[in-house]
Amino acid sequence: MAEIRFDNSNIACAEAAIIAGLKFFAGYPITPTSRLFEYLTRELPKHGGVAVQCEDEIASINAIIGASWAGAKAMTTTSGPGFSLMLESIGFAVMTETPIVIIYVMRTGPSTGYATGTGQGDVMQARWGSHGPYEVVVYAPSSAQEAFDLTIKAFNVSELLRLPVIVLTDAVLAHTRERYVCRDRSEVEIIERKRPRIPPDKYKPFEPDPDDLVPPMAIYGEGYATFAESLVHDERGYYCPKSDVYEKLIWRLHEKVRLKRKYIVESASYYVDDAEILIVSYGSLSRVALAYVREMRRKGMKIGLFKPKSLWPLDEVSLKFAARKARKVIVVEMNNGQLYREVDRLLKDKKVFFRPLLKVDLPTVEEFEEVVRECL
Amino acid sequence: MQGKPVVKVIENRCKGCGLCVNVCPRGVLSQGSKLNQYGYRVVLVKELNKCVGCRLCEYTCPDFAIYIIWS
Amino acid sequence: MPLEKIHPLDEFIRTDRLPHRFCPGCGVAVTMNIFLHAIKELTEEGKLDPKKLVVISGIGCTGRVSGYLKFDGAHTPHGRPIPFGMGVKLANPELKVVVISGDGDIVGIGGNHLIHAARRNMDITVLMVNNFIYAMTGGQVAPTTPQKVYTTTTPYGNPESPFNIIRLIAGIGANYLARWAITQPFQLKNSIKKAVLKEGFSFIEVISTCPERFGKRLGIGDPVELYNRLKSIAKIRKVSPFEAKYDWNEEITCGEFIDEDKPGFVRMYFEVIKEKLGERA
Repeated sequence: MAEIRFDNSNIACAEAAIIAGLKFFAGYPITPTSRLFEYLTRELPKHGGVAVQCEDEIASINAIIGASWAGAKAMTTTSGPGFSLMLESIGFAVMTETPIVIIYVMRTGPSTGYATGTGQGDVMQARWGSHGPYEVVVYAPSSAQEAFDLTIKAFNVSELLRLPVIVLTDAVLAHTRERYVCRDRSEVEIIERKRPRIPPDKYKPFEPDPDDLVPPMAIYGEGYATFAESLVHDERGYYCPKSDVYEKLIWRLHEKVRLKRKYIVESASYYVDDAEILIVSYGSLSRVALAYVREMRRKGMKIGLFKPKSLWPLDEVSLKFAARKARKVIVVEMNNGQLYREVDRLLKDKKVFFRPLLKVDLPTVEEFEEVVRECL
Repeated sequence: MQGKPVVKVIENRCKGCGLCVNVCPRGVLSQGSKLNQYGYRVVLVKELNKCVGCRLCEYTCPDFAIYIIWS
Repeated sequence: MPLEKIHPLDEFIRTDRLPHRFCPGCGVAVTMNIFLHAIKELTEEGKLDPKKLVVISGIGCTGRVSGYLKFDGAHTPHGRPIPFGMGVKLANPELKVVVISGDGDIVGIGGNHLIHAARRNMDITVLMVNNFIYAMTGGQVAPTTPQKVYTTTTPYGNPESPFNIIRLIAGIGANYLARWAITQPFQLKNSIKKAVLKEGFSFIEVISTCPERFGKRLGIGDPVELYNRLKSIAKIRKVSPFEAKYDWNEEITCGEFIDEDKPGFVRMYFEVIKEKLGERA
């Protein structure tokens, strides 16, 4: 039964994961994620799952990839320094088309930074951190409720596309207790990975279905002798260092995401029907942005807010629609201009500005106004 | 373990490394001069009647190219 | 298209990938052979279901083993087969997890994972094939390379003294610890059979030959010569693990060093939960 909760985004993500069917969690303590981890070590065994602490983040990410191949929905959580350690294995999950979810709680960086401070400096890293040409999906909730709903969505997208999906929250959300609804399983859509429909002697681990380009996934222990190959491979999962095989594989890893774009992307627009100034902001900062926009509207300014909830891929259609009447688009981020580059690229015919808010705590509306004012 | 041991060689897998020849305690095998399709000198079963079926060749071959059956 | 089945072990091999990429006389391939004999016998004895076997390897020459075997498996990033295997085992404890990887992969970059898996008594079997060098990348020094040996990254001779891994694992503890050479195929086969069936952490170091990358550095490029050299120094003795020698010029002590039955991690994990939660878990 759905229940009302009063808790932070860490707990919301953990509860959502359990509702989505999480069965394996491996993690390493890092501020500000530790409460999520602790919650799962206590609750997940009650739901028939396993939650363990590993010796480091590299062990955690590899353990959840292994668990996913053994058939479990698997998740880990980390922050900047830990995600930097996990990068190599993100590529492993992409190459082997393994469904996993990572709750990435951003904190002040770079390096050790400020463990309990907030930031938005990992937007590019979440998308491009690992080596090689690849595609992942990244969501950015702005409240505990969105953290809950987007975690369920993250599991669905990862199972549907056989892909690692990252939910990018931040220290503010992780430390803010607020009301949210912990939805019941029967109120939400839960997607499971496609299983093979043919016998083992005809099955090929990386042979995609022609309609969605995603191969059905055989798991360990069912007699399919399936193989997770990190080298460039053909449809049988055999190492195949040939250009035509490589091109086909990389194209498919990108195209399978592009085909489902409409399902993946999420965003919210506020006051955009007649907006001449468009603010673009995401995560916890978007709440300050919305307060600012409301205040300016009260003063008569024709201003609106576009809040992307999926950062990669961005909801281009809604962004372009929100900006259609805008003279100026101002992207405000707590970093050095990361999502700004995407917005600038997509809105070629608009004047797009970037305003940094390099604070360690959530800025006030006054501080937000101060940086935006110069552009108006 | 009935009958006589027969040494079987899968010629296109042999890489002519000589480990089986070296490990055989009875001198059954020797380096052949016949080349397989990959250019390796395939091992030769020179004196089959000396084979006692110890299977050291089968266990030591890196290439799954030699094994014993019982006739 | 059905795969070729000629050799008695072909049922466990992806024969459409043969002949494989290992060099003539490669000890890794010999280990693979002996391992499959062990699995075949366990299967015939009814003690193992090959459908539940998962063979995982890392990066390196030994890392290529899992790709040739017809079991569920993975070819993980460098140094990470052990944590991958831990995830597999914990997600489905019915699976039998075997990690076959090289010395550089397991004890070099993967060293941290090795010591924690041993400490936890994680229910996996690790076969570490030790060829004393980083062979795949051309012959660089490894944590197991003997002192004074020329390698491509120690061109003046290796100044370091190598790991005696038996002492390392014995210091941490394991349910099963053994070292064999590829020159002792029957002992190695029986040891693998024992290790795979045991609960908890089993570790077998397999001393191997690498004629191309290690042998050549010593001036012994011929596979047979290197094999015979190894045979002369691999001595089976019944000693405590801390007395096991690891000296390429003198002796590498082989044998079974630890054989215990402490509870494995999987059992402990579910037991502590059951104690607190009762049968609700």
